[in-house]
Amino acid sequence: MKKLINDPDAVTREALEGMAAAHPDRLRVSYEPAFVVRADAPQQGKVAIVSGGGSGHEPMHGGFVGPGMLDAACPGEVFTSPTPDQMLEATKAVDGGAGVLHIVKNYTGDVLNFEMAADLAQGEGIEVAAVVTNDDVAVEDSTYTAGRRGVGVTVLAEKLCGAAAADGRPLAEVAELCRRVNDQGRSMGMALTPCVTPGSGKPSFTLADDEMEIGIGIHGEPGRRTEKLAPAAAVTEMLAGAILDDGPFADGDRVLAFVNGMGATPLIELYIVYRELHRILEARGIAVARNLVGNYITALDMAGCSITLLKLDDELERLWDAPVDTPALRWSA
Amino acid sequence: MSGVGAEWIRKLAAEVAEQRSALVELDTAIGDGDHGTNLDRGMRKAVQQLDGMSDSDLGAQFKTVGMALVSSVGGAAGPLYGTLFLELGKAAAGHEELDAAGWADALEAGVRGVQARGKAEPGDKTMLDALAPAAEALRAAAEAGDSPADALRSAADAADEGMRATIPLQARKGRASYLGERSVGHQDPGATSSHLLLRTLADTVAAV
Repeated sequence: MKKLINDPDAVTREALEGMAAAHPDRLRVSYEPAFVVRADAPQQGKVAIVSGGGSGHEPMHGGFVGPGMLDAACPGEVFTSPTPDQMLEATKAVDGGAGVLHIVKNYTGDVLNFEMAADLAQGEGIEVAAVVTNDDVAVEDSTYTAGRRGVGVTVLAEKLCGAAAADGRPLAEVAELCRRVNDQGRSMGMALTPCVTPGSGKPSFTLADDEMEIGIGIHGEPGRRTEKLAPAAAVTEMLAGAILDDGPFADGDRVLAFVNGMGATPLIELYIVYRELHRILEARGIAVARNLVGNYITALDMAGCSITLLKLDDELERLWDAPVDTPALRWSA
Repeated sequence: MSGVGAEWIRKLAAEVAEQRSALVELDTAIGDGDHGTNLDRGMRKAVQQLDGMSDSDLGAQFKTVGMALVSSVGGAAGPLYGTLFLELGKAAAGHEELDAAGWADALEAGVRGVQARGKAEPGDKTMLDALAPAAEALRAAAEAGDSPADALRSAADAADEGMRATIPLQARKGRASYLGERSVGHQDPGATSSHLLLRTLADTVAAV
């Protein structure tokens, strides 16, 4: 294992200390229990948004804390869900009296821990709504699995719900928006290489030099199938095809096209994927009205990418364009 | 710390520490490879908190273990094993030791809690595949009049069998379910740690 770390057991703690040192103007970091919170929290009268999940997906979620997006994020150990005490303390720290939305990726651990946390927070008199994202079309048969995983749509939902909360919308509406974004979005990912967790020091699965893994999640788990390596055009066709077959996308629709790197794939390759995706969508009469290209929801040092498409409308476009000011996503009106 | 509960937890923590890499290896095959590391971290915290306790009431001890696991393990195992111990604690409250029927009541309560939290059924290739047959065997042994040590040994044997029976199963819950048919042929790491839990309990009670 070759990594820029000091101690495998101190990775999450030291990374949090680095974030706190880098963004003292925006963020506060609590260590016991661990969470990242807006420096100016709580915002009185505003619905607060909390997310969280295992570490190793940076910049998600801590990098999305700030005005216009998340109020707090709870990082677990690498690829391990955070615990209910973290989520409870984060929820208490951001509650401004208008309630708290938990955005939870559909992974068994995340769902169970957030459920326990919501029970505890409600017991302390805080109104909590939870929305579980499950946009990964690689998981086909949800009756016989833990259900579709929450992946790329989570990033988009955090931005869009953050904007709606900043507009002063009530909890029920922000939660409904989150469900709508999840329903209108689909994702699929692939890997060129596995990733290595600092704890194990070993690759999460094996791939030959001429192989790729299709339908991966974001925790280094193997995907649905292993295939011979193919050019970017064919890979993009494979991912986009599965998404378009599954999702609510039709000729004449407008979408947000999100090409995401898994951590070790350079931007130059992501733009090639974006070029192919843009071409495929145009050929189907689908207009790319907004886009996002870069490393936003990663799996440590995995090479590969994921594609997310979100069907847009006027409201979602306006919320996407609203100002956001976080370490990883930042623009003004 | 003292009493059979604390002895068990200490033995279980030592066993989890020893099997840490084996559990990681099982989890790497069909999950994300963190089960041994996470459980080891949680059990160390549980022992640390029990060390600071003078109460030998099983209910108090198991509740402390449950809260330690909930707040330190993470993943699915944290809330599931946390719930198991919290339910054991409720069932055993007011007792410093249990007879065979008492252990059967406690384990049944724990299994119900795990099932309610995780929404898995036996056969889904989860920890329940070791826990559920163990609870059944324990109840049958208690009704047959076995001693606590003998009844818990039957439970551990049933857990062992249940754990091995997960090998040919296709996972329907948890992260292994994403693999579909590729999860077949691997022993479930959660069922494996659940077997450790029951085996160390049987060993502890037998040694009293």
